[in-house]
Amino acid sequence: MAARDLLAASALALVLGAGAASAEVVINRGNDTDPATLDPHHTQTVSEGRILKDLFDGLVIQSAEGEAVPGVAESWDLSEDGTVYTFHLRDAKWSNGDPVTAHDFSFAYHRIVDPMTAAGYASNLFAIKNAEAIAGGEMPVDQLGVRAIDDKTLEITLKAPTPYFIELLTHQAALPVHQKSVEEFGDQFTRPENFVTNGAYKLESFTPNSQLVMVKNPHYYNADEVAIDRVNWIPFEDRSACMRRFEAGEVQICSDVPAEQMDYVQQNLADELRIAPYLGTYYLPVKGAEGSPLKDARVRRAISMVIDRDFIAESVWAGTMLPSFKLVPPGIANYDGDAVTVDYADKDLFDREDDALALLEEAGVEPGSLTVELRYNTGENHKNTMAAIADMLSNIGINARLNEVEGTTYFNYLREGGPFDMARAGWIGDYNDPQNFLMLYESGVPFNYSRWSNEQYDADLDKAAITQDLQERAKILADAEQTLLDEQAIIPILAYSSRALVSADVQGYEDNLMDAHATRWLSLN
Amino acid sequence: MLGYTLRRMASAVPTIFIIVTLTFFAIRIAPGGPFDLERPLDPLILANLQKAYNLDAPLWQQYLMYLGNLLQGDLGPSFTRRDFSVNELFAQGLPVSILLGGLALSAATVLGIILGAIAALRQNSWLDNLIVAIATLGITTPNFVIAPLLSLFFGVILGVLPAGGWSNANPAYWVLPVITLALPQVAVIARLVRGATVEALRANHVRTARAYGLPSRVVVGVHALRAAMLPTVSYLGPTAAALLTGSVVVETVFGLPGVGRYFVQGALGRDYTLVMGTVVVIAVFVVIFNLLVDLAYAWLDPRVRYD
Repeated sequence: MAARDLLAASALALVLGAGAASAEVVINRGNDTDPATLDPHHTQTVSEGRILKDLFDGLVIQSAEGEAVPGVAESWDLSEDGTVYTFHLRDAKWSNGDPVTAHDFSFAYHRIVDPMTAAGYASNLFAIKNAEAIAGGEMPVDQLGVRAIDDKTLEITLKAPTPYFIELLTHQAALPVHQKSVEEFGDQFTRPENFVTNGAYKLESFTPNSQLVMVKNPHYYNADEVAIDRVNWIPFEDRSACMRRFEAGEVQICSDVPAEQMDYVQQNLADELRIAPYLGTYYLPVKGAEGSPLKDARVRRAISMVIDRDFIAESVWAGTMLPSFKLVPPGIANYDGDAVTVDYADKDLFDREDDALALLEEAGVEPGSLTVELRYNTGENHKNTMAAIADMLSNIGINARLNEVEGTTYFNYLREGGPFDMARAGWIGDYNDPQNFLMLYESGVPFNYSRWSNEQYDADLDKAAITQDLQERAKILADAEQTLLDEQAIIPILAYSSRALVSADVQGYEDNLMDAHATRWLSLN
Repeated sequence: MLGYTLRRMASAVPTIFIIVTLTFFAIRIAPGGPFDLERPLDPLILANLQKAYNLDAPLWQQYLMYLGNLLQGDLGPSFTRRDFSVNELFAQGLPVSILLGGLALSAATVLGIILGAIAALRQNSWLDNLIVAIATLGITTPNFVIAPLLSLFFGVILGVLPAGGWSNANPAYWVLPVITLALPQVAVIARLVRGATVEALRANHVRTARAYGLPSRVVVGVHALRAAMLPTVSYLGPTAAALLTGSVVVETVFGLPGVGRYFVQGALGRDYTLVMGTVVVIAVFVVIFNLLVDLAYAWLDPRVRYD
């Protein structure tokens, strides 16, 4: 099959490209893993997002800097009460030449919330009026607050004012689908021969565990500015494999770098290494059995105090993570992170140990009397992180034992509310707003692994949800995070960084908080 | 012999049935399901998904449904590669695995026999010692060490071969994976052939052949080596089944679209149908190659008869 030979052809094209200006421009991009699906309504992962955002343009897209900028929607109006958005669409076309209309978006949003679709990320659109009830099967699909007024005008009615709604539309779950082909081909509509897309690229072939090939979409409204003609997305479960192919010049971008080889990379590939703050937090949920000292906030606080985040970030993660004391990562929009304070953060570690011992004594925990289990999912860095923490806990007379669990079992256990003392969890923001992090610890939310419940916290989030003034809202959300951290329901330890290898030949790759680097912004020297 | 073959095929059916049944229930014992990702799903949506894939039906019902589909040759949809059916995944991946495995197997067999025979004929010479030493090294060095080293040396440092990737049309992409797959097999086969040849050279029929005054090449080539092939052939059966169904390590290191990774990916992702599909395919390969081994025995050893 011709498509499978592209790798060879593309390598050749790169060589020839130097000589002939008219040759096709090809880029080989490493991805963390293959997409589980190309149906935007079944996608759930960051790796899928990278691919889908090359294939589709939403109402709003991410700029090279990761900011929300107009996509298919040229402009939009917001009603006085902040609940009705009216989007005005530009003249855009699908890859088969059909016009992109408001009806396509309306169809897509109805499809994703339809319980028959069973879309994993339907919850991302629950800000839209009636979406939650429809996905729960309590209301017919046609009650959704989305309406195509005409071909070029889309009206979306929200449940309540949602300041991050535009940000939310940059997520792959909010991409449109081509109604005719979805209806005609059913679950076969993502096949290369059937797949109609409206982004800068269209799908040419997809060979699992090998590569996904996309070529420039000639009907794209901005096709003139798309510099790269062909993109080969290659999955690398083995990050070292990507690094080797990068060094061999076969791959121009690796989406990740193996932390254990960071020393080598920093010495030999320093110019190509890109480490940038990323919208994510690595934290430890604390639960404890009924009657366990872990139910006492003072004990949780003492534990948090003695964890040396700098050591973990530098030594375990080789500088690819940043030390953190907070759930909401730094640099996020619509927030004032400085308003949230953790009083022991700036103290010397020895003083923190003394304070922690005092706290434990106050809580009646004798040194050596408390044993906690540290649960984590299989992974070299998780293991080393937890081992370091166990060691730090021994400094204040808390015994810790490690319990490694295979990934799927681990996350199933946490979601099902299984008992544990301390675990690890990570969260990468879907959109650039503190709500996306703080909602994790609302009462009754499945992500709330600690099963922590606090009335003040819930009330603050409810209040923020209906507060339109962004500064006022930021203050309320900061209050909520303060409550969470004072209670130490979770122990945040690291803020994520994105880490990538980017060839010097690649232009237009701007480090950003969303780690968004759509191929349309890139070019090759 | 045709009757024998057919009887053997028929007797494989219950074996495969038992394997399928055991696997079906074993994988379901593992906690979690195909939709347990690091980011948990809304319970509402999880329920919708389970329903869409019939995972909410009683287990025995799912089992009967699976058996019914299997009888029609349908391995079901993949849970973790949702744009493909398991049949399609194997249709794409098996040719790649068979090509690489077949090349590795042929190379290993030819090289192994030659090296083993040379070592046996020059027993205890420096050449024999060298071959045995290299063979021991080949057996003890795991492929997850060999593969990255080959890729690093030939792909990155010398730049003469691709460091990874795949092309159906360009054999340059096949070289390093085939070497990685073949090396340990060359070593094993060389040792097997050496041992068996040494023994055969002392056997009565070989002594008799020599006593008849037959030329040495006939004695060794026809009488000794033929007898020495028996243990090699028994080893080649299961080895062929393993090589032709892909290798997790080699495919991961070189980024190859074979089927070797599906078992591990399927098991870790709780992709029930993908795991089942892999098990069925491997079981069929094992059955076929064991049969081929038995047939080859009859051809090599005139004392073996099938009625």
